[in-house]
Amino acid sequence: MSRAFSPKVVTANDLLTGEVVYLAADGRWSPRHADAELLTDEAEAELRLIEASAQEDRVVGVYLADARPGPRGPEPVHFRETFRTRGPSNYPHGKQAEGIPQT
Amino acid sequence: MYRYSEFDHAFLAERNRQFRAQVERRLSGALTEEEFRPLRLMNGLYLQLHAYMLRVAIPYGTLSSAQMRRLADIAERWDKGYGHFTTRQNIQFNWPKLRDVPDILDALAEVGLHAIQTSGNTIRNVTADHFAGAAADEIADPRPYAELLRQWSTDHPEFQFLPRKFKIAITGSPNDRAVTRAHDIGLRMVRNAAGETGFEVIVGGGLGRTPMIGKVIRDFLPAADLLPYVEAILAVYNMLGRRDNKYKARIKITVHEEGIDRIRSLVEEEFATIRPRYDGSDQVLLAEIQQSFAPPAFVAKPVAAEEEARRDPVYRAWAETNLTAHRRPDHAIVTVSLKAHGATPGDATAAQMRVLADLADDYGYGELRISHEQNVILPHVARADLPALHARLLKAGLGTANIGLASDIIACPGMDYCALATARSIPVAQELALRLDALKLEHAVGPLKIKISGCINACGHHHVGHIGILGLDRAGVENYQITLGGDATETAAIGERAGPGFAYDEIVPAIERLILAYLDLRQGPEETFLMAYRRLGAEPFKAALYAREGERDAA
Ligand code: HEM
Ligand code: SF4
Repeated sequence: MSRAFSPKVVTANDLLTGEVVYLAADGRWSPRHADAELLTDEAEAELRLIEASAQEDRVVGVYLADARPGPRGPEPVHFRETFRTRGPSNYPHGKQAEGIPQT
Repeated sequence: MYRYSEFDHAFLAERNRQFRAQVERRLSGALTEEEFRPLRLMNGLYLQLHAYMLRVAIPYGTLSSAQMRRLADIAERWDKGYGHFTTRQNIQFNWPKLRDVPDILDALAEVGLHAIQTSGNTIRNVTADHFAGAAADEIADPRPYAELLRQWSTDHPEFQFLPRKFKIAITGSPNDRAVTRAHDIGLRMVRNAAGETGFEVIVGGGLGRTPMIGKVIRDFLPAADLLPYVEAILAVYNMLGRRDNKYKARIKITVHEEGIDRIRSLVEEEFATIRPRYDGSDQVLLAEIQQSFAPPAFVAKPVAAEEEARRDPVYRAWAETNLTAHRRPDHAIVTVSLKAHGATPGDATAAQMRVLADLADDYGYGELRISHEQNVILPHVARADLPALHARLLKAGLGTANIGLASDIIACPGMDYCALATARSIPVAQELALRLDALKLEHAVGPLKIKISGCINACGHHHVGHIGILGLDRAGVENYQITLGGDATETAAIGERAGPGFAYDEIVPAIERLILAYLDLRQGPEETFLMAYRRLGAEPFKAALYAREGERDAA
C-alpha cells in the first residue's frame, strides 16, 4: 500500500522580482499562501507542477510544498515554508513589510 | 593597490554587455531558465528564498574608498539600503530585481568591481590574509603571489577540468589569519634557517560535509618555486582525484585515501620534471605585480597623543580589542566591527559604507579591507589619528569594541536568505550577542570564536569555531548542534560534537552555560577558552551543557 499523500501547494519565485508566489486554482500566481490551491490528489499535484513549470515567462524555481487546510486557506507545514510566507527574521523586509498576510 | 588594466576593463564591459543581452533573451522567452541559470550563476546572480541575490567579489578583500562608495550607491539605488559582507570576502546584495542586474554590473565595472564567479571545476579566487601589506608579523605581502597564481591559473588548459573545484588561500605571516589549513592548498609564508623566504605548503584541507585539516606536504618551499610546485600538486590531483563521486572528488579525500606520504612523493617526482621548464618569466611577472601592490606613502606622526587618549575607558576598551600591530610602529591596523550587539553579522548600511569610505580617505590612505570574519578593516592608520577616528566610528554606530570576543560571531545567512539552509543562523547570532552584552562578561571572557552555519555546507566555518553551532532540521523543527575546540589558525583543529542538539530557544542559554563553565574552569584570565578546552578535554564542558538540563528537568 502506498503512503497517504500529504496535501501540497505549487510555489515558485516571480521571474522579475524573485518574490515568493503560489499557484491559485484559477491559474493566477498570488503572493499569498492562503490563495494557493490545496492539492490533495497526487496525480493532480504532479499535473499542476508540470503546467506551472511550463510558465517560464512568469516564474522560476517551481516546486510542490506540503500544506494543510486553515480557516483562511492553505497554511504551510514546514518552518521553511512559513519563513517564505513572511520574509527574513532580521529585518522587516519582504512580504511582512508589504502588508501581505502570512496565511 | 592593484589596478585593473585596460584589458581587464574591456573584458568586464564585454562580459556585462553579453549578460545584458542574456537577460533580455530570458525575458523575451528566447532563453529557458535551464539555459539561463548557468549564465546568471557565472555572473554572481543566485535565487535565494525571498528574492535574487547578487554576489560581488572583493579580490583579496581589498577595496578602495571609491569602490566602497559605489557599493553604498548600489545598496541604496537597487537594494534595500544595505549589503552583507561574507566569509568568502564577497559582498552580497539580497534584493536585486532581475531587470536591474545589468545596470548594477555596469555600475560595478566603472570602479573595477565585478560579480564574475569562476565557476566549474577550476581554481577559484585565491584568498589572502585581510591584514596583508600592513601586519607587523608579516614577512611579505602575500597578495602579489595570490595574483600571480590567479593570472597563471586563469585559462591554464590543464586545469579547466579538475576533478572538482579548487581553492587556494595564502598568508604572508606565520600567524594564519586566512584559514590556510581549511583550503585545498594553503600557503603560509615562513623563513628558513638561512633567513630565506618561502612557504609552508599545506594540502587537503576543507570544511563542508567532510571537514578535514590540511596536511603539510612541504615544510619549506622557496618562494621562486611556487608555481611549479602548485602545478605538480594539481597534476597529481588531476591524475588521482575521484571523478566518480562528487562527494569524494575534493583533494582532501584524495589526500585522505592515498595518505600524505604517497601524495608527497608523487608531487616531488612531478615537481622534479616540471621545475626545469620554468625559465624565470614567472618571476618577472611577479615583480611587475608587486609594483601594483606597493604600500602607500606613509606619513610619520608622533604617537604620544594616542597613548594619552587611552585614559578614556571607552577609547581604551576599543583600542585593546580592535587594533592590531602595524609594521610601522607609528601606525595601527583598525578593525571596524560589523557586529554591534543585536545587529546582523557582516551587514553594513549604505550610510555606514560611506562613513567607512570617508574615514579611509581622511585617515587611511583610501584603503579598506574586508575580513573573512565579516568585519571591515582600515589597514593603515597613523596612531595619532586613532582617537578622532574612533569618535567618528562611535557616531556612525561602528564603534563596537568586540573584535575577537564572544560577540564577534561569524554567521552565514542561514534560512533567513539561503535556499539551501536547514535552519536560521542570523537570529541565533543576534540573540546570543544581546545576551552576552547584557551579561557584561565578554571582555572578562577574552578571546572566543563562535561560528554559526545554517547547514552542513559550513559557510559559517562552524567546524573551526572554538564554539561551533550548526543549524539542522530535525523532523521539521530547527535544531542546533554544538561543536567544541575548533581552531582556524596555524594550530587548526576541527571541533568535536558535544552531543545532542538544542532547540532554537535553548541554544542561547546552552552557550551561556558553556561560557560560565569556562570562567569557573580556567586557571586564570591568561588561559583562553581554547587553551582550557585543550587542557581539560570536552567532559567538563559537556557536563555544563547537559547535566544541568537534567537537573532542571528533575527539579
Ligand atoms: C546564500 C547563498 C549561498 C549559497 C547558495 C551557498 C552555497 C554553498 C555551498 C553549496 C557550499 C559547499 C560547496 C562544496 O560542496 O564544496 C558552500 C561553501 C561555502 N560557502 Fe556558501 N553559500 C551561500 C552563501 C554564503 C555566504 C553568505 C558565505 C559567507 C558568510 C558563504 C561562505 C562559504 C564558505 C566559506 C564555503 C566553503 C566551506 C568549505 O570550505 O567547504 N556562503 N556554499
Ligand atoms: S552554510 Fe548552508 S545555510 Fe549557510 S549560507 Fe551556506 S549553504 Fe546557506
